[in-house]
Amino acid sequence: MTPPEVTRQGVANPRPGRQAPTGGRRGGAEAAMVPEATFDSYYGKPVINQPVWESPDIPGYFYFGGLAGASSVMAAAAEASRRPRLARASKLAAAGGLGLSLLGLIHDLGRPERFLNMLRVFKPTSPMSVGSWLLSIYGPLAVAAAGSEVTGWFPRAGTAAAFGAALVGPAVASYTGVLVADTAVPAWHEGHREMPYVFVSSAAVAAAGAGLLSAPVAENAPARRMAAIGVAGELAGSALMERRMGLVAEPYRRGKAGALVRAGQGLAVVGAAGAALAGRRSRLAAALSGLALMVGSACTKWGIFEAGLASARDPRYTVVPQRQRAGTVGEHRTGQPPPG
Amino acid sequence: MTLTELLRTAGGDPATNAGYRDHPPRMGFFTDTSVCIGCKACEVACKEWNHVPEDGLELTGMSYDNTQGLGADTWRHVAFIEQRKQLGSQEPGVFHDGRNGSTAGGSSQLRWLMASDVCKHCTEAACLDVCPTGSLFRTEFGTVVVQEDICNGCGYCIPACPYGVIDQRKGDGRAWKCTLCYDRLSVGMEPACAQACPTDSIQFGVLDELRQRAAARVGQLRDAGVADARLYGHDPDDGVGGDGAFFLLLDEPEVYGLPPDPVVTTRDLPAMWRHAAIAAASLAAGVAATFLGRRP
Ligand code: SF4
Ligand code: SF4
Repeated sequence: MTPPEVTRQGVANPRPGRQAPTGGRRGGAEAAMVPEATFDSYYGKPVINQPVWESPDIPGYFYFGGLAGASSVMAAAAEASRRPRLARASKLAAAGGLGLSLLGLIHDLGRPERFLNMLRVFKPTSPMSVGSWLLSIYGPLAVAAAGSEVTGWFPRAGTAAAFGAALVGPAVASYTGVLVADTAVPAWHEGHREMPYVFVSSAAVAAAGAGLLSAPVAENAPARRMAAIGVAGELAGSALMERRMGLVAEPYRRGKAGALVRAGQGLAVVGAAGAALAGRRSRLAAALSGLALMVGSACTKWGIFEAGLASARDPRYTVVPQRQRAGTVGEHRTGQPPPG
Repeated sequence: MTLTELLRTAGGDPATNAGYRDHPPRMGFFTDTSVCIGCKACEVACKEWNHVPEDGLELTGMSYDNTQGLGADTWRHVAFIEQRKQLGSQEPGVFHDGRNGSTAGGSSQLRWLMASDVCKHCTEAACLDVCPTGSLFRTEFGTVVVQEDICNGCGYCIPACPYGVIDQRKGDGRAWKCTLCYDRLSVGMEPACAQACPTDSIQFGVLDELRQRAAARVGQLRDAGVADARLYGHDPDDGVGGDGAFFLLLDEPEVYGLPPDPVVTTRDLPAMWRHAAIAAASLAAGVAATFLGRRP
């Protein structure tokens, strides 16, 4: 192959794609990488670093934390309204969810043996610090409630623990929404107002699913209603969030994240509808609806996680909104008087 | 003090805000990219001094930049941009046939921009705010440093940084970034990169003095006709309260891979906690409501 040569007439024998451009439009290489290029970037490289959080650890941490938190509330309400089987199912779901949530968090650490450093300080500016402290209060309560339920030991203390867990549970379900939003990842941060609502709604969907899956039909009425309310809240919250996000909502509709988000919403709707229509009569229909709700909620959290990763990968989602905020879209051409 | 106030006071001197009483003045970098020659002495000096491991031996094919970006094993990164944009007319003196410059257009249509990027040591540092272990801390010089004996590798600081600086080291699990040579500063030396820079593109010093010097330099360049010259990260009123390491650039920040208008994510944190509290209360109320009504 003849090597390319720079002559006084231009480049002879150019090798397309391997050659520094020496004429024509500016930024040819970038334009090819991102077709609707109305912004500049450094060779299409992302501006922010890719999160190192891994799937399924971190989406699992969000999902199971939500399942646990909302289940604790349901357990206490079921106990108070004398629905013992639903209470039992919810307490077990809460303890199991808590365990799996913690497992996801710890397994994702670069240095798992240093997990306890999370409790070295308390920092309200760090949602992960706040969350670790919340879990350290909530965890023993949820485990004590479930333990007493299973063994029958110390029933009074078990009930007290269940009510204690119900007080902390909602915070456990909602702080993870702040945790993702408190980053520079565009598809997470731009949703910071709605994210906690989406997270608690999705948590309610999961807990309702667990209740439907394991409680008898005679006691599952609250879980059916909770599924309907949770799904409505999740759909409304997500719609509002995506509308406000504008361009940055794109990753929620595309690729893997888009598929997960759609699957999550579809399963949640199917599960809630199935529970409402047949969950009262058929134990099997209730269980299947519950399963759909739980899987749907997991897909939603996973989809949000993947949308964030996708938005971090593409500099467009970082640069364009910042340009829009500064009111200088398209003005960044040569010879402009520099700002400041 | 409310959380909002706590975060807003961060606009002043960061070391004072962090609780230091008698502390040295805030130190920082002014990187004047207009004189950078892309020699990468800073990258090498940083690696040598800080024992930063190898960060991948690959040829990107995109430019002379094979380092690509900042990360756990790259604390100084020299960006290299090849642009079809006139820097100035060149008369290399090779051909004297009446034509001006080297290409058919009559003048040089190509310019190379080189810029040595580094951790910005933000006044309001998102990495530090979100670190749950307290591993990231503010030094008496106003810089931001990771304590590697505390970091548990939770990875939160990484997506929090609006500049894509800090990252997790593979096989080590912990987060690493520029320390502004904390060890050297402590004994009165300048950071390795600044010392190695042959053109003084990297200038180290008291931040206030650097800001004055930078203002003078950008004025000088504009007077000389370089209309694109601008400062980046110098303004204490910007979205991160100003950078401890700021830059003089010759094009828009995003051309160098820098965010055009970064805002520290924790500015919105009070609002986020408010929404989370309302969301939690609605969850409790919503679940309780589903238990009301007639028993079947
Ligand atoms: S640039 Fe990033 S890593 Fe450096 S201090 Fe600011 S937020 Fe932290
Ligand atoms: S990875 Fe280390 S330095 Fe970064 S936030 Fe977690 S504990 Fe702090």
